Amino acid sequence: MAMNRISLHSKSTQFAALLVVFIVLCLSIDPTENSILWRLPALLAGVPAMVNNSVEFVMFEWMPIEIYNVEIEEYEETALVKEITRSFSGALLFCIQFIREIFLGGVKTIVAFTSWDYIRENPWAQWPALPWTVVAGCAVVLGYALNGRWLALLVAFSTIYVAVFGQWEPAMETLSFVLIAAPLSVLLGLGLGIVAFKSEKTEAILMPLLNVAQTMPHFSYLVPVTVFFGVGDHAGAIATIIFATPPMIRLSLLGLKAISPEVMEAGMMNGCNKVQLLFRVLIPTARRNILVGVNQVIMQCLAMAVIASFIGAKGLGFNLLLALNQLRIGQALELGICIVLIAVVLDKLSLSWANKQVDYFADLSFVERNKYALMMLVVLLAGVVLAYLGSFIFKDGINYLYAIPHNKGITTENFWQSGVDWMVDNWYSGLQGFNTALIVHILIPMKNAYLSMPVSATFLLVMGVGFIIGGVRSALTVGGFLLFIALTEWWDRALITAYMTTFAVIVSVIIGTVVGSLCARSGLATKIVLLVCDTLQTFPSFIYLIPVIMLFGVTDTSVLIAVIIYATIPATRYTVEGLRNVPESLQDAGSMSGVNHLQRLINIELPLAFPHMMLGINQTVVFALFMVIIGAMIGTDDLGQYILKSLSDKNGIGNGLMLGLCVAFIGLAVDHLINRWAKDRKTALGLA
Amino acid sequence: MTNGTSNTIDASADQDLHPVIKCDSVYKIFGEFSQSMLRDSNGNVDVKTLKEAGCIFGVNSASFEVSKGEMLVIMGLSGSGKSTLLRCVSRLTDTTAGRIFIEGEDLLTMNPKELIELRRNKMGMVFQSFALLPHKTVLENIAFPLQMKGVSTKDSIQRAAAMVELTSLGGRENYFPRQLSGGQQQRVGIARSLAVEPDIWFLDEPFSALDPLIRKEMQDEFLRLQEMLHKTILFVTHDFDEALRLADRIVIMKDGIIEQIDTPANIVLNPSTEYVAKFTNEVPREKVLNCGNVMEEVGDISDLSDLRVPRKAVIETVAEAVLNETKPVGVVNDNNEIVGVLNSKSIIHILFGESGAKSPVSG
Repeated sequence: MAMNRISLHSKSTQFAALLVVFIVLCLSIDPTENSILWRLPALLAGVPAMVNNSVEFVMFEWMPIEIYNVEIEEYEETALVKEITRSFSGALLFCIQFIREIFLGGVKTIVAFTSWDYIRENPWAQWPALPWTVVAGCAVVLGYALNGRWLALLVAFSTIYVAVFGQWEPAMETLSFVLIAAPLSVLLGLGLGIVAFKSEKTEAILMPLLNVAQTMPHFSYLVPVTVFFGVGDHAGAIATIIFATPPMIRLSLLGLKAISPEVMEAGMMNGCNKVQLLFRVLIPTARRNILVGVNQVIMQCLAMAVIASFIGAKGLGFNLLLALNQLRIGQALELGICIVLIAVVLDKLSLSWANKQVDYFADLSFVERNKYALMMLVVLLAGVVLAYLGSFIFKDGINYLYAIPHNKGITTENFWQSGVDWMVDNWYSGLQGFNTALIVHILIPMKNAYLSMPVSATFLLVMGVGFIIGGVRSALTVGGFLLFIALTEWWDRALITAYMTTFAVIVSVIIGTVVGSLCARSGLATKIVLLVCDTLQTFPSFIYLIPVIMLFGVTDTSVLIAVIIYATIPATRYTVEGLRNVPESLQDAGSMSGVNHLQRLINIELPLAFPHMMLGINQTVVFALFMVIIGAMIGTDDLGQYILKSLSDKNGIGNGLMLGLCVAFIGLAVDHLINRWAKDRKTALGLA
Repeated sequence: MTNGTSNTIDASADQDLHPVIKCDSVYKIFGEFSQSMLRDSNGNVDVKTLKEAGCIFGVNSASFEVSKGEMLVIMGLSGSGKSTLLRCVSRLTDTTAGRIFIEGEDLLTMNPKELIELRRNKMGMVFQSFALLPHKTVLENIAFPLQMKGVSTKDSIQRAAAMVELTSLGGRENYFPRQLSGGQQQRVGIARSLAVEPDIWFLDEPFSALDPLIRKEMQDEFLRLQEMLHKTILFVTHDFDEALRLADRIVIMKDGIIEQIDTPANIVLNPSTEYVAKFTNEVPREKVLNCGNVMEEVGDISDLSDLRVPRKAVIETVAEAVLNETKPVGVVNDNNEIVGVLNSKSIIHILFGESGAKSPVSG
């Protein structure tokens, strides 16, 4: 005990000393262009061009092959990689279109087997769209089959909402792309997870890659994807898969590793061969974690819906982006709700499907055994008949019982717009005052303070913290991350990103900790707050931009508020979890020692919950970084803005990747420090 | 090392079949260099050098046989290597050196396919933490090994339903493991291990995770099953009382070495090492020994009382009756022939003699 106190004490002294040296350095180093203590030379400035050139070489010149082109009917020379990616894109695009045309009708799948000429000559050769009532009805039956009345009701509400608001078409476009990207991500993630489980070497290689992949901003994937795969729905799907696979790998691996060795032995003693052991024992036993992975994949797919629309994915995301760009808040809100509803429905359907139980004593007739399939058949027939009847009711114009064209539903846009107008009229001066005060008195001074840090002082501070927390190894790790950023030409931009993230994290942590501590007092409040966190987390990050633009217009404040809302979710969740997980016996021991509420919080709950809360802060930082980069959409001048610029640059691939790595490395440095500290602390407290 | 030699003298003398399980100087050695060092010494285990190299002996030269229908209980405290030995015999871990034969076939040279066949048809195993598949119902769990063999869903479920009856789980067929108590879960584990009708039954501390009362109940249930099924059993436990209660013969292990292999009565009467004696000292002998173990040779038949006690009766059950007689009591075998005599002096000796005087646990 005494030892512990001394070492802790000396650590805080170390921190204080570090801070003093840091401030002295900041004050004593002059901001001169040439001083290496002030800014490091941009030695890595040439790397983006090198990346661009080598990618171009691999893509268009490396390993030329002869290939027969059907359209011009002769052989042409093309690069191997280009041909491979082109075939892959073609296959993916076909799958997406196939599903899309089941929902919406069309000719492209037929074209794939024939030709455009054939379609022109045979006007009958086209895929009829399913009436929306049929799709919705089947989804409701599916929901009922999987989890009874409530799920059916949720599905019904969601589909009707989408249809009534005239978003059926884009929703089906989004769905067709999710229905391809999500299963592929799940399979890929599960496969890689299994490989990593079987071979420790693979795991050792995969883990750092996953760390980088999960902290890279979404935008940085987009340029490389367009270079390799072009623009379109398939490119969006590929970017989505790249982004959605890492959490799936991680969770599969986590689940597989948590299986007790006895279950594996039981499988072996029951005579499983390797395949049976994998598919009948290991994967089902790890299914809880794997399902969380599936869930994450679906969420990521929908979160990417907007971002994928940058590179040509059609659907709700594209429309949302358009609405945001035109500042049509009402429409953006309706579209946002559509995305959220689809996310929730897919999430619940997949979870219920995985938890479905088979009853062996069902000695049932054909009708009863296939009742859901039959119900869907009835729905199909009824839908078709309805659509046919509809053609009589809606004689001229749109048959609402067959298909609702885009934006021909009802809309509440005017209501929201007038709401925004009203707020602008009534609150404008107040909000603007707050806005200006925040920017002038807090944000700008803070930004200037960050920008006036000499690079040597920053290194000293960060590596010093690393050394105090985790020794030389940690110091070198975080120093390495920092060095990469310092040697690029974007050090100042990175500082701005860091300032915005720091500000948002501080506010988020304060709000999250306070709300979390208050809610953890009661069981009911805990349940409610966790439910709210769960729900908010299913929202794609873009959604958070909508209300803040509504209130604050296009300013830095909007970005920061969106970031704060988004980043408060993990801060709150981890605080609640940490406080609720304080062992019962310790609580009882506290009660018997006669603590009051405040003493309990300060002496028992907070110290024990603190390591877990730190992990929440870690998540907060990652979330905040993401959102800051997405905030570039509204307009900031940090790394995110440059990533966004690289999107429209033909040679942006190198820039995009380097900038993405800069963001990732900021995240990874923080992640390393906090995780290291929390792990040591948890071990010390015996909570690990 | 007292192992290997004293084991076959009395217990399996009346069994003429060749052993179902035979272990011949089995070693399980943990350590980085154990494999390469063994290769250098042509497979000869040089205990001293290996130990100097930092290797740990999970199992150190274990040799024993189990004959058909016999229940061999491996007893030892945690870290004694008992579970490791069981895993060697079921080939869940690779044996470092030595040979293991299952019904005369060399287990360690089998290829994966043969091993799977063996497990599908001849082996069943029960685990300490039950190791049920959490996503399958009771019925599906029991049917699982059958389905792995390729039995159709319908047939396997039917067979599983029969096992449910056998293990008194009726009414809970469609429960998931998490909805069952520990005792019920282990019943499922037992039913699953018996579903393929194996000849050899491995049980790895099957009742250790259960409450004392449930444990007693499960032991009774287990004895009832064994009475019906006559499996060849390798049973691992850390509970000496459980071993005494269940075993035909007991293997006592310490630090990977077999200290003694013998029948429960012989272990209690003649512990071969001090370590074994530590366990036997505290054992209430009247609960372990039977009349046959302590009877004296028949002297004068006319001098016996009218009371007759069966040879296999445990002393505890007859003690009061024998003490109430003034004359010695005759001990009879299954054919009601007198094979020995029991007098009150030997009963009193068992109840209050040697061990009783030292540790008054027996009542």
